[in-house]
Amino acid sequence: MAKFVKVSFQKDGMNKELSKFFKGLLANGAVDAVLTPMAQARKGVRLSLVTSPDHTAQVDPFAPVAAVSGAKIASSLTARPSGRKIAMVLRPCEIRAVVELSKLNQVNLEDTLLIGMDCFGRYENTDFAKFQEQGGTSESFLENAQAGKTATADCDITGACKICEFPAADNVDMKLCAIGAENGAVYIEAVTEKGEQALEKSGAKGGGAPAGRDEAVKKLVAARTEARDKKFAEFRETINSFEVLADKLAPCVNCYNCRVACPVCYCKECVFVTDTFRHNGEQFMMWADQGGMLKLPNDTLFFHLTRMTHMSLYCVGCGQCTSACPNGVDPMPMFRACADKTQARFNYQAGRSLSDELPLAGFKADELVEVTGQVK
Amino acid sequence: MSEFEPQIVAFFCNWCTFTAADLAGTSRLSYPPNLKIVRVMCTGMVDPKFVIKAFLNGADGVLIGGCWPGDCHYINGNLKARRRVANLTEVLKQYGIGEDRFWLRWIAASEGTMLKEVAINMTEKLKQLGPSPLRNMGQMAI
Ligand code: SF4
Ligand code: SF4
Ligand code: FES
Repeated sequence: MAKFVKVSFQKDGMNKELSKFFKGLLANGAVDAVLTPMAQARKGVRLSLVTSPDHTAQVDPFAPVAAVSGAKIASSLTARPSGRKIAMVLRPCEIRAVVELSKLNQVNLEDTLLIGMDCFGRYENTDFAKFQEQGGTSESFLENAQAGKTATADCDITGACKICEFPAADNVDMKLCAIGAENGAVYIEAVTEKGEQALEKSGAKGGGAPAGRDEAVKKLVAARTEARDKKFAEFRETINSFEVLADKLAPCVNCYNCRVACPVCYCKECVFVTDTFRHNGEQFMMWADQGGMLKLPNDTLFFHLTRMTHMSLYCVGCGQCTSACPNGVDPMPMFRACADKTQARFNYQAGRSLSDELPLAGFKADELVEVTGQVK
Repeated sequence: MSEFEPQIVAFFCNWCTFTAADLAGTSRLSYPPNLKIVRVMCTGMVDPKFVIKAFLNGADGVLIGGCWPGDCHYINGNLKARRRVANLTEVLKQYGIGEDRFWLRWIAASEGTMLKEVAINMTEKLKQLGPSPLRNMGQMAI
């Protein structure tokens, strides 16, 4: 049975009330550290690692921004573990990437307490700054988003968020629930036994379950799924040849920011920055000779197709690639549309489960017979 | 105008399919010269990048040939290859290079005749399909 604690707050008091929960977690030894979005001393909201109960005042877990994927931070913190217990407050897409990274041995979940926050979407980094300048807060964002309104005067949540059908996290120990909650309240839910123990230890108490939550989540998922399918159809209708793909990639400058930002681009060293791709002058001349000319930097299509082959099976659709691109390429729909195909081929869904085997890690003699069409 | 001659890059595993190609040669079985054979130790070492690069550099088809399941000399390289091929096929298919241009076939060392048939069939198929969409893009694809 899931256990809920209601966190009620006065206007502009949400983070203050929530900070008590985190303070309790730390002060009562439920965990040794908390990784959570926090308002920074001067500007912006960033994931921060808090080890002292005296420093929880600035928590802001529902801030609609994710400057970098928290899954990458989770990897830095746990891949070579500290041995200290850490609670990590992450968005659903970050949790799903954490699931993939854990199967790739790049996140270690042993000493972690995963807390998934309900997510209505995030603004781009620069848009979030504007949003804050215009007086926007996590509270105002939640209130508007509940009513279906995420757009402000000059920005809206990212394209990835608009088609994300995972607004609530799975595979977590606890959840911070906002979807379907009445104004003036959010809920803390303990999902696993580990979560229940932590909730107990935190000292947070009281309240019932959020009555409208299940229904509201269902509604949001349905709307997002519909938007996603529309986006896929639109993408496949227009970008269905290598020529058009090359057009889409025409602004790309091979800076590889998209793969640096991608939480599931898992190679420790990307092959595109190794000696394999450090060609000598003669090689470039040879390529130029073949057709009389060569676009530089070259290997643009090659890079993106290779990346699709490497990680689309694990793509969680977070949109960090698009956020990171300095040239407006918008790789997210390209990768999500591809992921939809590759994941379906292996009946796999990135982030769904810790026990589903990675599609390229296992293999059987009697599968995929249709690939060769040959039977002995 | 002369008939379109497709270029096929063929990655053959040393132990089975390359040996079959050898056998076809010594048995004087003739097969189309469209195959440009690259000998690899096992289908399991055919990095998807090799296939993508072959297409980007103008191949009309890519054929990977290896040992039958159970016969791979590295136990299961061919099974890994099959998953990678399925995955890469899904990627390339979205943009117009599908199963008809990208083949994986099991051809044992003794199956020189099958090698000949596969070579003929693939060449025929590609003649029907015409040049690969990437070949038409020429240097833009590189
Ligand atoms: S490819 Fe883009 S959308 Fe997919 S996981 Fe990576 S950064 Fe996120
Ligand atoms: S798509 Fe954008 S971020 Fe990725 S390599 Fe190209 S220019 Fe850089
Ligand atoms: S050795 Fe022939 S496929 Fe592995």
